[in-house]
Amino acid sequence: MHHTIDVKNLHYTYPDGQVALRGVDLYIAPGEKVALVGPNGAGKSTLLLHLNGILRGDGEVQVCGRPINDKTLGAVRAAVGLVFQDPDDQLFSPSVFDDVAFGPLYMGLDEGSIQQRVEQSLDAVGMRGVERRVPHHLSGGEKKRVAIATVLAMEPEILVLDEPTAGLDPRTRRGLINLLRELPQTMLVSTHDMGLVAESFLRTIVINEGRVVADGPTQKLLADDALLESHGLEAP
Amino acid sequence: MLQSPVPLHIPDGFLTPLVSAIGWILALTMIAIALRQTRNQLGERQIPMMGVLAAFIFAAQAINFPIAAGTSGHLLGGALAAIIMGPWAATLIMTAVIAIQSLLFQDGGLLVMGWNILNMGVFTAFTGYVVYRFTKSLLGRNPVALIAGGFVAAWLSVEVGAIATAFELAASGTSPLSLALPAMAGVHALIGLGEGVITSAALSLLQVSRPQALEMGETAPGRRGAIFVVTAMALSIIVALFSPLASAHPDGLEFVAEQQGFLTIAADAPYSILPDYTIPFIGNPAVTTILAVLVGTLVVFGLALLLGRLTTRRQTTGD
Amino acid sequence: MHISFLDPFQARDSLVHRLDPRVKAVLTLLYVLAVSLTPQGAWAAFAAFLALVLTAAWAAKLGWSYSLRRSFIALPFMLAALAVPFVTPGPAIYEVPVLGWTVSEPGFVRFVTILLRAWLAVQAAILLTATTPFTDLLWSLRNLRIPQALVAMLGFMYRYLFVLADEALRMNRARAARSPRIVGAPRPPIGWQARVAGSMVGSLFLRALERSERVYAAMASRGYDGEVRALVRFQMLGLDWIVLLGVSLSLVAILTLTLVI
Ligand SMILES: Nc1ncnc2c1ncn2[C@@H]1O[C@H](COP(=O)(O)OP(=O)(O)OP(=O)(O)O)[C@@H](O)[C@H]1O
Ligand SMILES: [Mg+2]
Repeated sequence: MHHTIDVKNLHYTYPDGQVALRGVDLYIAPGEKVALVGPNGAGKSTLLLHLNGILRGDGEVQVCGRPINDKTLGAVRAAVGLVFQDPDDQLFSPSVFDDVAFGPLYMGLDEGSIQQRVEQSLDAVGMRGVERRVPHHLSGGEKKRVAIATVLAMEPEILVLDEPTAGLDPRTRRGLINLLRELPQTMLVSTHDMGLVAESFLRTIVINEGRVVADGPTQKLLADDALLESHGLEAP
Repeated sequence: MLQSPVPLHIPDGFLTPLVSAIGWILALTMIAIALRQTRNQLGERQIPMMGVLAAFIFAAQAINFPIAAGTSGHLLGGALAAIIMGPWAATLIMTAVIAIQSLLFQDGGLLVMGWNILNMGVFTAFTGYVVYRFTKSLLGRNPVALIAGGFVAAWLSVEVGAIATAFELAASGTSPLSLALPAMAGVHALIGLGEGVITSAALSLLQVSRPQALEMGETAPGRRGAIFVVTAMALSIIVALFSPLASAHPDGLEFVAEQQGFLTIAADAPYSILPDYTIPFIGNPAVTTILAVLVGTLVVFGLALLLGRLTTRRQTTGD
Repeated sequence: MHISFLDPFQARDSLVHRLDPRVKAVLTLLYVLAVSLTPQGAWAAFAAFLALVLTAAWAAKLGWSYSLRRSFIALPFMLAALAVPFVTPGPAIYEVPVLGWTVSEPGFVRFVTILLRAWLAVQAAILLTATTPFTDLLWSLRNLRIPQALVAMLGFMYRYLFVLADEALRMNRARAARSPRIVGAPRPPIGWQARVAGSMVGSLFLRALERSERVYAAMASRGYDGEVRALVRFQMLGLDWIVLLGVSLSLVAILTLTLVI
């Protein structure tokens, strides 16, 4: 089977000596949607950056059944759509169109298909018609949606999102939650939004100080007050 | 609030087409080298990093501090960028800043952009870099060296940019050198103080909070190249200042053009591209020749630099 | 400082807006070149050039005086040419009272010519940015054989210009909010204030550096391999060719007529 994420004993230390991951293990089955929670500095973003080879720590990371190395890097990046925490980092092109077209362009698609994918993915996030705008002038929620579209345009098998609901107003947040629910991809979503976790994810992984400290059904974890307490979390 | 932070952005019309063209040739040469050098330095990160840092310089120019009623101190940024990132990276960063200021905000002309890139980018970057490294090698690795080196480097970089601008204006017959030189140098001696303090304060903040950030400049390509470029600049200025004593030719750039034989077009033109201009203040009409030779030497040194680069590349792969 | 946060682009539905951006970029450059080549004192030619730029503004539905009103940007630099009327030899036409400096006729002509050239050139540039979205302008630069890497850098700079300038302004504001002016109390010395500004510049740099790392990561995760790639966007249409030829020919005609007469 494909569309899996398999991480074994992953360690990572930043160049300045900051140890961020100390032996992470996790497996995500095809089509599963999993939440990743943990306090600030737990290592969530660092872990997600390993899933398409932006960072390469010690240990084993397999995506879609293949280990990440220089040979598979291109394929892995096409298979894993990574949406960054700050949409201002994700949307780096001078116009929305250029940004959504970026991934498909580097996948070597022809112009017609690129055009089509841009339209489809903006449609999927409800953002048709902003193609010519400068990303900077979009609102926070619009930026988030377009950021997701930039990844959808690559038609990835796995979606990895870093704090998708941070800084959104309630209605925009609601729209985004619905969108995540509709998307068919295998999904790993890091978040501090426990409401989102309770509502949209059957399974949750808790990570703290660079280690997985709990992994199981969301309902069970959210009922475990001692666990939540000791890792700085709260039930919604 | 429609003023440039440092009034060095020459608009179109203030330089003759010939002078402008020379500026573009020199600037493009430097940009071409800078693109290659920073590619070696930064790899795939080159483009996003140079672009974002150019935006940083642009934004940093908006951080000001009040000096006296109505005026405020600003940063130009060429020296700072060069000290942190190396002279070639700074050349690219400043090129992007100047291009955007001109294209988007009409701050500085299009035809004259070559000189604006040289004055505010290349000259400030290389002067700043060489002076900083020189002071540091004199004073050693300590906070005083950082602050003093940063200050002197930044101050001198603005001064060199201003002096170069004065020469270009004079070569175009827009202002006599005898006026432009002291005026530009004087005004920017003051403006440069702000540049100096901001630059050294920024460096000491980096030293305290992220010393690794300062190591990029230490290992950046262009350490030998920088000395070469700065020597070329200094020589050009000296040669330009003293040459008319040897040859009292009145027609400045046109004379040089004739000598080079590459501007028969200019001779055929029904009017003269260059104004027949003399400078009564000095009483020596040949001073324009200085400028001509200055520009000529700059061209020659630019080409020499290019050749030097190409040959060293063949011998040693990478810098 | 020049941060006008408003994009200078003015959306209109006009012939000028619809032109291929390459045509507009090339014509702007040719215009600036023609103006710079126009001999001193050729007032008729300058009038013709002015008419041309005003017509373009009108055709762009910006109002004929659009560029005129915004064209005084280059004015401060006028100082650089201020000596010209006094130092150029020639018959005196005016004497400054008290000081006794004389303005010569050729000096005056040259001075006015320099200002006219600057003024007209800046108007053409204003029209270019007002009628062309910056992304199209970038695309046309790439298409006109400016090195791809450089154009891509300009694109990134344009994108993060606003983000970082916002950050800088927020820092300025935060500083102002903590800089009370107490009447009678001495103001902090300039050196100290400059150091504060310098520290702000330093921390802005760190943020920018970190941002550039994250941006690179975002690019790499979408397949960026160091090569610059872009889509073809525009096709030259019949109208584009007509305008390109028509305007360049009129520029040449104005110049030639001036030189012949
Ligand atoms: N670029 C970096 N350089 C050095 N250390 C870093 C860097 N990025 C993160 N860290 C450190 O690594 C650790 C894990 O950070 P990470 O960003 O993965 O946490 P996170 O769980 O995503 O936190 P948050 O919820 O705040 O986003 C932290 O201690 C952080 O300080
Ligand atoms: Mg994070």
